[in-house]
Amino acid sequence: MANPATSAVPARASKAPEAGAVVATRRRRRYSLLTRRDKVLIILMVGIPLTLDILLIWGPTLASVLLSFTDWQGIGTVTAQNIVGLKNYKTLFTGYAFFWPAVEHNLIWLAFLAFIATPLGMLLAVLLDRELRGKRIYQSVFFLPVVLPLVVVGFIWELQYAPSDGFINNAFGLVKSGKIIDWLGNPSINIYSALIATSWRHIGYIMVLYLAGLKSVDPSLREAAKVDGATEVQTFFNVVLPVMAPINVIIVVVTAIEALRAFDLAYIFNHGTNGLELLSILITNNSISEASLIGFGSAIAVVLLVISLVPIIVFLSRAMRAQA
Amino acid sequence: MSTVAAAPRALRNRRTPRPRRIRPARIALHAFLIATVALWLFPLLWAIYAALRPVSETIINGYLSWPKTLNFNNFTTFWTEADLPYFYLNTLVIVVPAVILTLLLASMVAFCCTQFSWKFNLVVLMLFIAGNLLPPQVIIVPLYWVYLHTPIASFGSIDIGRFSFALFSDNGLLYDQYIGIILIHVVFQTGFATFVLSNYMKTITKEITESALVDGANVLRIWWSVILPLCRPALAAMATLLFTFIYNDFFWALLLLKTGDKRPITSALSNLAGEFFVNNNLIAAGALLAAIPPIIVFIALQKHFVAGLTLGSTKG
Repeated sequence: MANPATSAVPARASKAPEAGAVVATRRRRRYSLLTRRDKVLIILMVGIPLTLDILLIWGPTLASVLLSFTDWQGIGTVTAQNIVGLKNYKTLFTGYAFFWPAVEHNLIWLAFLAFIATPLGMLLAVLLDRELRGKRIYQSVFFLPVVLPLVVVGFIWELQYAPSDGFINNAFGLVKSGKIIDWLGNPSINIYSALIATSWRHIGYIMVLYLAGLKSVDPSLREAAKVDGATEVQTFFNVVLPVMAPINVIIVVVTAIEALRAFDLAYIFNHGTNGLELLSILITNNSISEASLIGFGSAIAVVLLVISLVPIIVFLSRAMRAQA
Repeated sequence: MSTVAAAPRALRNRRTPRPRRIRPARIALHAFLIATVALWLFPLLWAIYAALRPVSETIINGYLSWPKTLNFNNFTTFWTEADLPYFYLNTLVIVVPAVILTLLLASMVAFCCTQFSWKFNLVVLMLFIAGNLLPPQVIIVPLYWVYLHTPIASFGSIDIGRFSFALFSDNGLLYDQYIGIILIHVVFQTGFATFVLSNYMKTITKEITESALVDGANVLRIWWSVILPLCRPALAAMATLLFTFIYNDFFWALLLLKTGDKRPITSALSNLAGEFFVNNNLIAAGALLAAIPPIIVFIALQKHFVAGLTLGSTKG
């Protein structure tokens, strides 16, 4: 009985006459080890979480898509009269003043994270990926903001940005000279203020992810490059970076998803208005506030969904390849 | 023994000449890192500084001034006037069940998807992972409706002073209930936890499960007494990470809880700061108090924290 490989054969043989034997013989050998009770248990162990996942995530996702073609306001049932076709989208693209600014802000958010914050996180990871005195302390400090709630991050940065009481305006003498900059109130700059606060967190997050990737790079590759006379920068760009391709994809996906999810800071700073409009905030403002334009809010959700599918599919195809 | 000990020393010896050759670069590197560290810590230290000063002093001298008095009055004021222990308790009754349930469900799915080969196991894994990657705002509108229309039984409540944990709902719905918040966290985080745990369980050979089956154990027993103990490092890492994720949540609590008294500390803080506490010194104190639990977890369990994040990324 100790050897599963040999014992599997009689187990299958004994079950062969039972119902479902046709299916069982086609499958792999280990399957036959499972009793019917085991199969029921497996179905339950996967089925219960899966049902919850479908009911509370995929169901609502599909519902968002369907509701975006209606003018439903959340009361009563959805009837044929509620179906308005593409009207919500037409309104969204042509008649809704906040939509394009929100798209623009999401894109700025993405670009800022992708071209500034993420590379900085990678740089810190590369700098710390060596024998270095105090390395642990450096790492911990850079990572510390990642564990803070965004609400706290928001309040901490409000102390920096406040017009007359904030550190920045006082430190640069802008209060004394009467040239106060309203970092969070001025609609043309407040998104960058929010982005700096976000980056405070994002950079540490990317650093940790990237450090883990760097540690998995075969050190002999670097040694070889060194022997061949490559400088450290050359080694990184020509040897390490290509080897890190899988983790690079993850980093890009994480960055994109973080940018699309952005909500908390903009909400905390000014409820996502006046220069901080984001798609995520428009959805909630239109459908869950007093307006309750559910169909319209869902149309914005679908736009966000479609954009999000890009990084999600990239991530899944990578994960699929890793599984196979 | 001596050969084992000698090997790493030899390695180290071979490496020592390298840093010595680039000494000036080393100094520049440290200078850069120290400057960055200072920059990184500054916002936090500034918040601590503001929180330690009485508001009367900062009104007169401004925030950018040398301190005359430093004390913890803002912290104690916020602690008592905001009834902060109560909101910590709210967070606790949401976070602890959510983390435990997430780990149980996710480890079940990961176990069944990695230890047995069946037709749809990849599809199931993908559904969970993709679900976790969706921005929550994509599903919030229909979810809000579901929460308002799902009947939940009421069997009284567990009361501890002002705090009341309804079994399972005090308004017959999922909306505005602790269990509603717990549920959405569990469902959302199960995706991520399943992904990480399945990455970990892939490294466990299927023969362990097979021989346990041969010995007559059923799958539930194998999951609980064979596989889960083997996954202890991954479970510890995930628990740390999930605690922080769920503790830090703002969005779900903001939208799925209406009663201010049920809010966990993060979303309560944003409420309180707007309504009751207007001076920056007090708000800074409140924000720092809310940040203490995750900071403690981070300091105590940093290793698990980093392990959790890297398990989720490097093997994907």
